[in-house]
Amino acid sequence: MSFIHSKKSKVLETQIDEFLDTVSRSSIIFKNGIKKYLDGEIDLFEGTIGEISKLENRADELRHDIESQLYMYSLIPEIRGDVLGLLENMDTVINAEKKSLTQFSVEMPVIPAEYDADYLALADVCMNSAESLVTAVRAFFHDFNMVKNYLHKVYFYEKEADKISDRLKRRIFASELDLSQKIHLRYFALHIEDISDHAEDVADRLGISTIKRNF
Amino acid sequence: MIYIYLIGGLFLGWSLGANHAANVFGTAVASRMVRFKTAASICSLFVILGAVFGGSGTSATLEKLGAVNAMAGAFMVTLATALSVYWMTKLKLPVSTSQAIIGAILGWNLFSGSVTDFRSLTRIVFSWGASILLTALISAFLYWLLRGVLKRSRIHLLTLDSYTRTGLIIVGAFGAYSLGANNIANVMGVFVAVTPFHDVTLAGLFTLTGVQQLFFLGAVAIAVGVFTYSRRVIQTVGNDLLKISPLAAFVVVLAESLVLFLFSSRTLESWLLTHGLPTIPLVPISSSQAVIGGIIGISIVRRGRGIRYKVLGDIALGWLATPLLAGVVTFFGLFVLQNVFNQQVYLTAEQQAVQRQHPVGYLIDRHVLEHLGKEMDTSEIARIRYRVIPESSVLDDLLKSNTRLTRRQRQTVVRASEVVDIVMDPRLRSRKVDAKKFSQGQIEALLWIDMEKYTYGWQLFAALERISDEWKPRPETAANRQFNLDLAARRQLLVQIFRTSKPPDAVNGK
Repeated sequence: MSFIHSKKSKVLETQIDEFLDTVSRSSIIFKNGIKKYLDGEIDLFEGTIGEISKLENRADELRHDIESQLYMYSLIPEIRGDVLGLLENMDTVINAEKKSLTQFSVEMPVIPAEYDADYLALADVCMNSAESLVTAVRAFFHDFNMVKNYLHKVYFYEKEADKISDRLKRRIFASELDLSQKIHLRYFALHIEDISDHAEDVADRLGISTIKRNF
Repeated sequence: MIYIYLIGGLFLGWSLGANHAANVFGTAVASRMVRFKTAASICSLFVILGAVFGGSGTSATLEKLGAVNAMAGAFMVTLATALSVYWMTKLKLPVSTSQAIIGAILGWNLFSGSVTDFRSLTRIVFSWGASILLTALISAFLYWLLRGVLKRSRIHLLTLDSYTRTGLIIVGAFGAYSLGANNIANVMGVFVAVTPFHDVTLAGLFTLTGVQQLFFLGAVAIAVGVFTYSRRVIQTVGNDLLKISPLAAFVVVLAESLVLFLFSSRTLESWLLTHGLPTIPLVPISSSQAVIGGIIGISIVRRGRGIRYKVLGDIALGWLATPLLAGVVTFFGLFVLQNVFNQQVYLTAEQQAVQRQHPVGYLIDRHVLEHLGKEMDTSEIARIRYRVIPESSVLDDLLKSNTRLTRRQRQTVVRASEVVDIVMDPRLRSRKVDAKKFSQGQIEALLWIDMEKYTYGWQLFAALERISDEWKPRPETAANRQFNLDLAARRQLLVQIFRTSKPPDAVNGK
C-alpha cells in the first residue's frame, strides 16, 4: 500500500515542481511582454499573451491533478489544506499577470517615452517578487529552514514595487498630460503592481504554514 | 459448560482488541496517515498471526491465573476483566488488560480467603511508573533527534510523508504481532488444558494444533474488537490527549516497541545471556501505558504545549479504576455464581490436597533449562518455560511450533520436564527396595538421600550419580550395554516407587 504511495509521491513531486516552474516562467514572460509593448513591438507583445495563456492553462491542469491526488491517496494529511491553499494562491499570480497583459492589449495605453524606464523597473521588481516566492515555496517542500530567507525577499520586492509605483504615479500626475490620460496611466501602474501584491499574499500564507509545520 | 466459559474468554478478546488497537495504530490513524480500515485490517491480520504462531510464548499473567483453581472462578475473573476493560473502552480510556486481570485475581483471593500477594499490587504501580518514564524518555530523545535530522536533511515533504507512512505500517504490524502473541494467553490461556479442538492438517502443508485453533478463535475475537469498537480509544490516544503530527505518531509507536523489546523481552534476555553480554533488567511494561508515555515524551520536547492535562488525568484515573473495578466485579460475581448458580468457584484446602495427588504434568523451569542446556540450545525452549502443561502431546506440539528441535531432542525435553515430585520416603524404601531389584551399592546410595525431594527424575539420578558409581551409566561399549540397559530400567523403577504424582497420561485416560 505505502509502496504504491511512494511511486505516487514521486509523480506528485515532479508535478509540483512543474507547477512552480510554470509560475516562474510566466513571470519572466510577463516582464518580456511589458518590455515588448514599451518597445512598440506589438506583434511580439501579443505573442507573449498567447504564451502566458498556455502557461495559465497548464498550471490549472497541474493544480487540479495535484489536488485530486493528494486527496485520493490521503497524502500529507496534516498540511494538505495548507499546500492546496498555497498552490491555489500561486495560481492567482499567473492570473494577475495574464490579466495585466490583456489590459495592455485591449486598452493600448499611450505611454510617453519618459515613463518607459519606470514601467519597466516596476515590471522587473514584480517579476523578482514572483520569482522569490517560487523559490520560497520550493524551499517549503525541500528545505524547510530556508523558507524565511526567501520570504523576506518577496516582502522586499513588494515594498520596492510600492515605491516605484508611487514615484511613477506622482510623476504622471505632476505632468502636463490630460487628466484622462493621467488616470489611464495610473491604472496600468496599478495593474502591474497588483502582481507583487498577490505574491505578498501568498508569502503571508506560506509564513503561517511554515510555523505550523513543526513536525 | 466449557463453551459458556469460552464465551467469557471471547468477550475478553473482543474488549482487548477494542482497547489495545490504539496502542499500535492509534497515533497512525488519528494523524490520518493510515486509514482506519487499512490499520484495522493490518492489525487484525498480525494479531491473528502473532496469536497462532507466536502465542505459545510466555504468559506471566496466566501463571497468576493458574492460582485460580476452579473453572467457574477463572471464568468470573475473565468476565470481570472483560467487563472492566469494556467499560474503560466505552469511556475512551486506554487501559492495561494484565492489570485488570491482576485486580480480578485479587478479588478472587479476597472471596476465597486465599493469601494475597501484595507484591502484585506494587508491581502494578511500578509498571505504571516504569512504562511511562522509560517510553517518555526514549520517545523524547527519538523525537528530538529525528526532528533535528529532518530539519537539516533536504527530504521532500512528500517523500518524508511516504517514509513515515511505511514506518507507521511496519512498526504497527510488529506491534500487532506482539499484541497477539503476548495477550492471547490472557484471553485463551485458561482453556489450553481443556481445549475442545483436535489437530487439523491444512492441505497437507502444516498442522494446526488444538491449542493453535483455540488461539486463532481468541485472535479472531480480538480482531472483531479492533474493527467494531477501537475508534474511541484511538481518538483519545492520537487526538484528544495531544494533537499529533505524523512524525510524532511514528516516534510514539517506535519508542513503545523499543521499550517493550528492550525491557520486557525474554527473548532478548536469553540472547544476551547466551552471548555472554550483560542483560537489561526486565520490567513489567504495559503497552497501554507505554503509548501514553510516548506521547508525554513528545510533549516534553514541545515544552508541554498542546497537551490536555484533563485527558491525562482521566486516563490516570482509568488506570487506577481498572484493577479496582475488576476486583469488585469479580468479588460480587463470584458471590452470585456460587450462591445463585451453584457453581464451585474455588477449591477448599481439602480439595486442593486431593488435587495435589493429580499430576501437574510437564513444566519447563530454570532447572530444566539448565539441565537441557548441557546438550542443546535452550533459547527457543525458554519461550514456553513456566507453563504448566497437562500432557506430553501438548508439550510436544508446543515444542514443534516454538522450536526447531529434532524429534529426538523433543523427546529428551519431554522426558526432562515431566514433573514427578519424588519424595524419598524411608518407609517406601524399606518396603519396596530390595536386593532382588537393586545392587547393594545402589541401595546404600539411597540411604544418603532419605527424605530428599526432587521435582524431576533427572534431579534424583544426578544426586545418586554423585553418591555412587553404581548409579552412573558407563561409556557406550558392547560390554557395557547390558549394564546401561539395566540401570535405565532400575532408574525407572525408582521413579515409579517414589513419585508422589500419578503419571499424567494415565490420569488423562491415555
